Amino acid sequence: MYLIRRVEEEIIRLYPTDKIKSPVHLSIGQEAVAAAVCDHLDQSDVLFGTYRGHALYLAKGGDVPRMMAELYGKVDGCARGKAGSMHLVDPDVNMMGTSAVVATGISNAVGAALALKMQKSKAIVVCFFGEGATDEGAWHESMNFAALKKLPILFVCENNFFAIYSHVRDRLAGPGLLARSRAYGIDAEHVEDHEPIKLHERAGEAIAAVRRGEGPKFLECMTYRWRDHVGPGEDRVHQYRPDDELDLKIANDNLKIVSSLLTDDVRKAIEAEEEKRVAEAIAFAEASQFPEDREVYDHVFAR
Amino acid sequence: MSSPASSRTLTYGEAVFEATRSEMARDPKVFVMGQGVDDARGMFGTTLGLHKEFGAERNFDVPLAEDAMTGIGIGAALMGMRPIQVHQRMDFVLLCMNQIVNMAAKMSYMFAGAHKVPLVVRAIIGRSWGQGAQHSQAFHSYFMHIPGLRVVAPTTPHDAKGCLITAIRDDNPVIMIEHRMLHNVKGVVPAESYEIPYGKARILSPGKDITIVGISHMALECVRAKHLLEAANIDAEVIDPVSLAPLDIETIAKSVERTGRLLVVDTGWLSCGASSEILSEVFERIGGRRPFVAKRLGYLPTPCPTTKILENLYYPSPQSISQAAYQLCRGADAPAWQPGKVDSNEVAEFRGPF
Repeated sequence: MYLIRRVEEEIIRLYPTDKIKSPVHLSIGQEAVAAAVCDHLDQSDVLFGTYRGHALYLAKGGDVPRMMAELYGKVDGCARGKAGSMHLVDPDVNMMGTSAVVATGISNAVGAALALKMQKSKAIVVCFFGEGATDEGAWHESMNFAALKKLPILFVCENNFFAIYSHVRDRLAGPGLLARSRAYGIDAEHVEDHEPIKLHERAGEAIAAVRRGEGPKFLECMTYRWRDHVGPGEDRVHQYRPDDELDLKIANDNLKIVSSLLTDDVRKAIEAEEEKRVAEAIAFAEASQFPEDREVYDHVFAR
Repeated sequence: MSSPASSRTLTYGEAVFEATRSEMARDPKVFVMGQGVDDARGMFGTTLGLHKEFGAERNFDVPLAEDAMTGIGIGAALMGMRPIQVHQRMDFVLLCMNQIVNMAAKMSYMFAGAHKVPLVVRAIIGRSWGQGAQHSQAFHSYFMHIPGLRVVAPTTPHDAKGCLITAIRDDNPVIMIEHRMLHNVKGVVPAESYEIPYGKARILSPGKDITIVGISHMALECVRAKHLLEAANIDAEVIDPVSLAPLDIETIAKSVERTGRLLVVDTGWLSCGASSEILSEVFERIGGRRPFVAKRLGYLPTPCPTTKILENLYYPSPQSISQAAYQLCRGADAPAWQPGKVDSNEVAEFRGPF
C-alpha cells in the first residue's frame, strides 16, 4: 500500500513537468482493495483490471521501473511506450493488460478463467472493475456465463461511488450489486471502506473458495477516490461531492489504519525500502530512451 | 489448385467442416463456440457433431450474449487457446464490435507483443428467402478498416478450407467472411491440410479486355457474367481477392495495367466499402501512369428489401455485371446490349429458412 501511495504521489509531483504525457487515473485512497486481494494471489494467478490500474499492477508485483518508464513513454516501459498509464501489463506476473473501455476486460477475464478450466490449471482469475462497469450489459453477460460454467474467477468491484462525476445513486436501480450477483447464483460479499483487515480476510476466504472449485465469487469493496477521475489534481472545484465527505475519507485513510498496526521499526523499514524502489524506478525512467521511429509499425500483428 | 490424387468434390460447407475437424484433431487448443453450433443443424453442417467427437467443452452452445461471448473468446485466446466463434448471421457481429475492435485488434500492439489473440470469428452473410434488412448485411469493410485484424472472404470450397486452416493457426484475430449462398456450392478440395496465404488474390479466369474483381459470392456471379460477355466478344479477367485484409492489390493492379478497365463487384454497399478501397489502391498504384476506366457495383444504397421482386433489384446479377462491363469496354454511348440468361442456382434454389 505504501508503495502504491508513494508511486502515485511521485506521479503527482512529476506531472507538471510534462514528462508523463498521458492521462493518469490515480488510485490514491483506493489502495487497500488491490493490496488486500492481491496478497492472496500467486504469480500464476491471472489478474485483469482497468485504466485505474496503477494499484493493481503494483499489488500484483508488476515491475516498478518498467511501469515508470511506460508512463514516461520510454522504450524500456512495460509496453515500450505504446500503452501508457491506462494499459499497464506485466506478463511475468500474469498482470494482464488493463483496458480503458469500461467493462471490456470483464469478459476477457471470464474467458481466461474458461481457458484455465479447460487446461485443468490450479490458477484462478481475479477481475477488478469499478461500480460503473456494472452498468454495462457486458458485466451481466459475463457474470451469467461465469456462473453457468462454474469458472474459477473472483469478481472484485471497487465501488468508489463515482463514474467520472456521476453518482451511483443516479445510475443503479433496485437492491444493489449483491442482489444482482446472487441472482446469477454467485456468492457475494460487501465490505465497507475503512475495514482493510476485514477486506483482507474476506478476500482470502473468497479466493480460497474459488480455488476449491466452488465457482465464481463476487466481492463489493466500498472505497473512495481522493483525486479527480483523471489527472493528478483534486476536483473540489467541480462540487459534485461534498468537501466534508472527501475530508472524512482522507482523515480515515486506509493506509494509516494499516500502518498503525505495525511497530515503528517495521513500518520505517518498509517505508525506507519502498522509497528506494520508487527513486530507482524514476531514475530508470529518466535514463531510458524513447522508442525509435521504426517501432511505430511493430506489433500490429503478433509475430 | 489442387493435387488430383487427394482431391474430392465437396461443398463449401463440407470444406469448412473438414478444416475445423482436422484442426481440432491436430491441436487440442482449438475449440468452437457459438449459438447453435452443437444443435441438430450444426451451423449448416459446418460444426455438425463436433462435440460428439471432441467433447462438449470443445464445441459448445453459448448464451445470446455476443458482446461478452466475444470477450470470453478473446480471454481464452490470451491464455493460449484457439477459439473459433461462429455467427449464423453477420448482422449479429455488430454486437461484438467493441470486443473485436477495442480488444482483439489492439492487444498485440497496445501491449507491445506481450499478448496475442489467436481468435477466428466466422461471420455468415445471409441472402434470399426473405432475409430482409437484418439478416443480409455484409460488414467486411468495417473490419478491413481496423489495423490488427485479418479479413478473409473465400469464394471456393478449396479456398474456404485453406483460409480457415490458416486463420486457426494464426496468432492474430481473423474475421472469416462466409456467404450463405456459397455453403452448398461444390468444388474440388484436397483431402490433406493446406494453408491459403493472406494477401494473395486468385485469378479465377484469365482475360484481356477488362478486369472484374468479385468479392465472396459476387466472384461467382462475375464468372457467370464473364460467360455472358463472351457473346459480345469481350474477354473478361475475373479476380477473387480471397484475402481482403491484407489485400493483394498487386495482382489486381497488374491486371488493370493490361486491360485498362476495372469493375469491382462487392457483396456489400459501395460507400466507404471494399470496392472503394480496391479502386483507390489501384489508382494509387498505377494512376497517372496507366489511364483506366472503372466502375463499382454492389448492394443498392438501401436496406435490403424482403420481398423477392424488390430483392432482385438490390443485388448485382450476372446480367447487371456483364452490362456494366460491356459499357466500360464499349463506352457509354455504344448501342444497347442485352446479355443472355443465366441461372444463379444457389440463389434460385435456396429455400431457407436460415
